Amino acid sequence: MLLSGAEIIMECLLREGVEVMFGYPGGAILPTYDAMTKYPQIHHVLVRHEQGAAHMADGYARATGRVGVAIATSGPGATNLITGIATAMMDSSPIVCITGQVPRGAIGTDAFQETDVTGVSLPVTKHNYLVADVNELAYTIREAFHIARTGRPGPVLIDVPKDVQIEKTEFIYPEGEIVLPGYRPPARADEETVRAAADMINRAERPIILAGQGILKSRAMRELQELAERAGIPVALTLLGKGAIPEGHPLVLGMMGMHGEAACNLAIQEADLLIALGMRFDDRVTGNLKTYAVNARKIHVDIDAAEINKNVRVDLGIAGDLRTVLAQLLPSVETKTHPEWIARIRDWQEDSDERDIVHQQTDKLLGAQVINDLWKYTGGEAVTVTDVGQHQMLEAQYYPHQRPSTMLTSGGLGTMGFGLPAAIGAKFGRPDEEVWAIVGDGGFQMTMCELATAAQEKVDINIAVLNNAFLGMVRQWQEFFYEERYQATPMYNPDFCKLAEAYGIPSMRVTQRSQIEESVAFARSTKGPALIEYVIEKEEIVYPMVPAGADLHNMLRRPKPEEK
Amino acid sequence: MDQEQLQQTEKQTLVALVENKPGVLNRVASLFRRRNFNIDSLTVGRTHKPHISRMTIVVDVKRANANLIAANLYKLINVIEVRNISQEPYVSRDLALVKVRAEDPDARNATTTICERYPARIVDVGPKVLIVEITAQEDVVEAMIDELRPIGIVEMVRTGVVAMGRGTRILDTQYEPPVLATSTNGQRYSV
Repeated sequence: MLLSGAEIIMECLLREGVEVMFGYPGGAILPTYDAMTKYPQIHHVLVRHEQGAAHMADGYARATGRVGVAIATSGPGATNLITGIATAMMDSSPIVCITGQVPRGAIGTDAFQETDVTGVSLPVTKHNYLVADVNELAYTIREAFHIARTGRPGPVLIDVPKDVQIEKTEFIYPEGEIVLPGYRPPARADEETVRAAADMINRAERPIILAGQGILKSRAMRELQELAERAGIPVALTLLGKGAIPEGHPLVLGMMGMHGEAACNLAIQEADLLIALGMRFDDRVTGNLKTYAVNARKIHVDIDAAEINKNVRVDLGIAGDLRTVLAQLLPSVETKTHPEWIARIRDWQEDSDERDIVHQQTDKLLGAQVINDLWKYTGGEAVTVTDVGQHQMLEAQYYPHQRPSTMLTSGGLGTMGFGLPAAIGAKFGRPDEEVWAIVGDGGFQMTMCELATAAQEKVDINIAVLNNAFLGMVRQWQEFFYEERYQATPMYNPDFCKLAEAYGIPSMRVTQRSQIEESVAFARSTKGPALIEYVIEKEEIVYPMVPAGADLHNMLRRPKPEEK
Repeated sequence: MDQEQLQQTEKQTLVALVENKPGVLNRVASLFRRRNFNIDSLTVGRTHKPHISRMTIVVDVKRANANLIAANLYKLINVIEVRNISQEPYVSRDLALVKVRAEDPDARNATTTICERYPARIVDVGPKVLIVEITAQEDVVEAMIDELRPIGIVEMVRTGVVAMGRGTRILDTQYEPPVLATSTNGQRYSV
């Protein structure tokens, strides 16, 4: 079968099971856009900015575990993808980006809309390709999808010159095994190491599990819960680890780190054993490394060997697939409970409850209350996609998730503007779920052009804009660490409800807590996108807070009511 | 560990087999830069297999963790095999071309005398300058350069270290690139 490069791209995407792709056309990718007309099975979503395409592919990937696909033209189209690619890289999200490139003969001549995209994207992709020969195209695409979704997943970019898209060749899909000599993701741990790990777990008196996104990536939720229950070990979650184990579970302490639960952080600092599973000891998780969990021996299991001993020196490192390694480990783990240890943690939790703002009376509408009530009125069952900032941390604190991959957020890169496009992508991946984009007024305005995409595609998502007319998290830092000099944080905002109406998107403004229930009902009853603006307290603070670089146990805490 | 390497215990030598494809050196260099790995030297060259290149990377263990560098190198898809060969006996060589002043007979004689004591030879003789070539272990090359310095070095180039495990410590790969078939239109493609 003689096919053009563009048609080969579409044939390969079909064979990878791609059902939707997010993109924006332009000169160097036009042959592929033309080929799309012959492949109606793959739905193309026209975005309003290529960054949105990468985030949508990412949101789709996070929601489904499948590879998300973004497509863009050369030059500015491709460079606009970069923030989205870097976001996917930091959070190990499998996406494949296809970019057009100027024709081979023009490469290196500063041709119109030419950028060295393989060069630009090199540090933020798991791998990338410039396809120099149409005969290599099919194999390259197959390899790209394989690399994106296996091992530690990540973004892969394929740059295809325009003339390669046009050139025709005999299309034979490479069915055989993919031969990648330098790509051997680890799977099993050796038995001796597993026994050593079990021994450390069986001897521990104050153990704690630190569960990260690796649990979700390797689908090891059942194994994690079994380990925690059998050995009676409390579980702390990273931001991206939320959903790794049902958060209502009595052994689950919630999120750790800079804005984590105080009980979680204190437990880590007093533990005698950390069992770190599929997490990478990010600085937002550890605080000051010199004082981090100094009393604890440490076991670290991660699929990426380069994560072991990167930030925190561990006593036992295991490079392997979590589900496999935990299955190996479980038979040697003794049944135990740690009543004293758990009781100590309960004391800390009770202290936190006394400080909790949602239980305090106030006439202001607080972000914490909005999130707490969204949780309540959605039954805790929604897929929430956040942006970055205070509302993101409040989501992590006040929206417990029971199921895996129901909380999508830009953790590693902290990309403002992620929320809306990622929510659109997530809805395409899981159309039967109730999807909420929970965004702040700052991040929302970075990618709010995608409202048009949501409207054009009639994507049935609910958008909660928490509007405090401030870059709230930055303002909080300025309040604490820069003597309240609010430089460049107050926001002049448009009327978000009128804005939504301009796109034909139904909207509602909420100024009081009593309206939240109605707003959820309104959003749920709206077909297609709906936008709710929550006008919240301007100077809310997210507690607890470990100042950057401070010891994990030295948190700024919200005063108890009687201390005020 | 034999006498040769005892002098080098601060240094670790990694050898990497990589696919001989465009941009692979760039990927490795970019990795070292973005991870802020300090390396002493990096050389790349061909092997007896056309599809495999070989890199020798020397790191100072005081400034960089060789194991972490190896783990990161493995993350690059085109890196096939990495080995820290300085854990076991190995041979390492550095080649230098040193151009020294030779205007007066004393300088010429001094250079000749120095060359006799090193695995070095004079490869170019002119009325004003000589070129000395030395191939030896890195510290030997450095010792000779220090001796030549007073005579007057005017130009110098070094290849950087290449290294190989002694005896049957063979670092190789069975990897063969995918077979390219020929299609009806005479073009080759991967299957």
